[in-house]
Amino acid sequence: MSVLAQGAGRTAVFRGGAVSLRVERRSVVVTALLGVVTVGSLLAALLLGYYTVSIDQVVRAVFSEGTPAEEYIISDLRLPRALTALMVGAALAMSGAIFQTLTRNPLGSPDVIGFDTGAATGALVVMLMLGGSGVLTSVGAGAGGAITAAVVYLLAMHRGSNGFRLVLMGIGVGALLLSVNHFLITRSTLYDAQSAAVWLIGNLAGRGWGHVQLLAPALLVLSVLALRMSRDLRMGELSDDSAAALGLSIERSRVLCVAIGVGLAGVAVAAAGPIAFIALPSPQIARRLTKVPGPNLVPSALVGASLLCLADLAGRELFVPRQVPVGVLTGVVGGLYLVWLLTREWRKDRR
Amino acid sequence: MKDRHVNGQRLHAQGITLGYDARTITDDLSVAIPDGSFTVIVGANGCGKSTLLRGLARLLRPRSGSVFLDGELITAYPTKEVARRLGLLPQVQVAPEGITVVDLVSRGRFPHQKLLRQWAREDETAVVEALAATGITDLAPRFVDELSGGQRQRVWLAMALAQQTEILLLDEPTTYLDIAHQVDVLDLCAGLQAHRGYTLVAVLHDLNMACRYATHIVAMKDGAVVAEGHPSDVITESLVREVFGLECRVIDDPESGTPLVVPKHRPVRVTGSTDEEKNHVPAQA
Repeated sequence: MSVLAQGAGRTAVFRGGAVSLRVERRSVVVTALLGVVTVGSLLAALLLGYYTVSIDQVVRAVFSEGTPAEEYIISDLRLPRALTALMVGAALAMSGAIFQTLTRNPLGSPDVIGFDTGAATGALVVMLMLGGSGVLTSVGAGAGGAITAAVVYLLAMHRGSNGFRLVLMGIGVGALLLSVNHFLITRSTLYDAQSAAVWLIGNLAGRGWGHVQLLAPALLVLSVLALRMSRDLRMGELSDDSAAALGLSIERSRVLCVAIGVGLAGVAVAAAGPIAFIALPSPQIARRLTKVPGPNLVPSALVGASLLCLADLAGRELFVPRQVPVGVLTGVVGGLYLVWLLTREWRKDRR
Repeated sequence: MKDRHVNGQRLHAQGITLGYDARTITDDLSVAIPDGSFTVIVGANGCGKSTLLRGLARLLRPRSGSVFLDGELITAYPTKEVARRLGLLPQVQVAPEGITVVDLVSRGRFPHQKLLRQWAREDETAVVEALAATGITDLAPRFVDELSGGQRQRVWLAMALAQQTEILLLDEPTTYLDIAHQVDVLDLCAGLQAHRGYTLVAVLHDLNMACRYATHIVAMKDGAVVAEGHPSDVITESLVREVFGLECRVIDDPESGTPLVVPKHRPVRVTGSTDEEKNHVPAQA
């Protein structure tokens, strides 16, 4: 097969029995390096801070052989918070990768197309109107996100769904829901409004093992489902007619992908509030690093996990003695990234 | 397994009504595609050629009537099974950003792949053959974005060939190509039909190209089939008048002997109605 020599150099093929798989070499290397970066981010979040510790101390604390102070700071405060950050970041990034691939649009991420706003509406209804908190807020967020997604999808469905219409509908519905959110806040008491505002920014402070235990199984199931859909997502990058002609059941696969994407975004919002601008840039960064098309789910997840973990570390330690909610930092960084992305696209169009 | 060659017409439509929303495009249309033919569908803009093609490829569900593939309702097959028997090259294509030629062509293997069987030897062979058949082996590692229109059309054709279906539907495969590349692509198609046993169904706008390459022509007007058969039997001055509303002469193509449609000379008329426009018309001697 010398004809594919150059093409084959980019890929590695594994064959055995009925199983045959092909991977892009660069993609594998990039994913491995991103894995190292992710572990590095986790270590940084454990080691650095007002109370800086050594790796040695971390290991001892994790195996319950450290001093009570070390165990408290590392095992009870930093580790669950960092793990939550990694998982929320990964979930948001995979959700973004799914929606960007589905809509064939770099703006097609759950925070732009209204799902996060809808989740916030659900959470606010629970917090401000029903007086619930904690787990109930998370349930409200999940329900709000799912209902919003269903409404946006049905509205965009007219004459078969279409990625661009999904983005526009999502932006429209998101704007409506933002008004609803503001209305809910203005009619609440000052104290409630304050706590709602903090939740709305997106925050990882005070996340403990309880959050990790809820998040981990949900993320595991949704990730496996998402990975199973990645071949469909790749085919969906072609035009609808091409994909259908190649045997993809477009509507079925689209409904499943939207459900998984909303599930991932919902889990993340439920755990940490609507953190902006992780879902949008992570898949774009991953794609630019691997240089292969497709959803790039695993690299995206690793980028998102590292980004959020490092942003949370920065928010925790850069402004000591105050802690800045992670959503503020991702908003600033992500906003700059969005400006860069749009000017770049604009220049490309003008050339 | 049923006989796959039902009356020599593996693909045929019976009384299909196709449309979008309230608009009906074809009403009670029946057509059969002869096996091993290069069938070309011709007709005026908006007469339902592409709609018929989408209906035949089960991308558009008929409101009434049925499409049959190998003697069974096309809707009775799993969608991947249809994709192993029948391919379609749509008119508008979207290439994912930053995709290479070989990666795009490989995506034609989707209907043959499974979760754990993603790149078997047959897949590789099919892609290598498709690249060779379309003459783009050298382009394999290039990015699709960098290619010219003619090269890109070959890549899409290669993707459809990698699908390894015996029936291939092509929606205006030569639109936007210059005349040399049109001939290139159609020569390629004719070769597939003549030497590799493909059944091709193409929508073409250029009547003369249609006559030159088709073994079977289907002429459509307002969503109905008005004539079908061999180009020399079908393409006549009266048919062109009926289908396109064009006065013409039909002569023998000096190169291929197939019908050649030559529009009749019409005196140039001034169509502008305002004084201003008339003032811009150069004075005639």
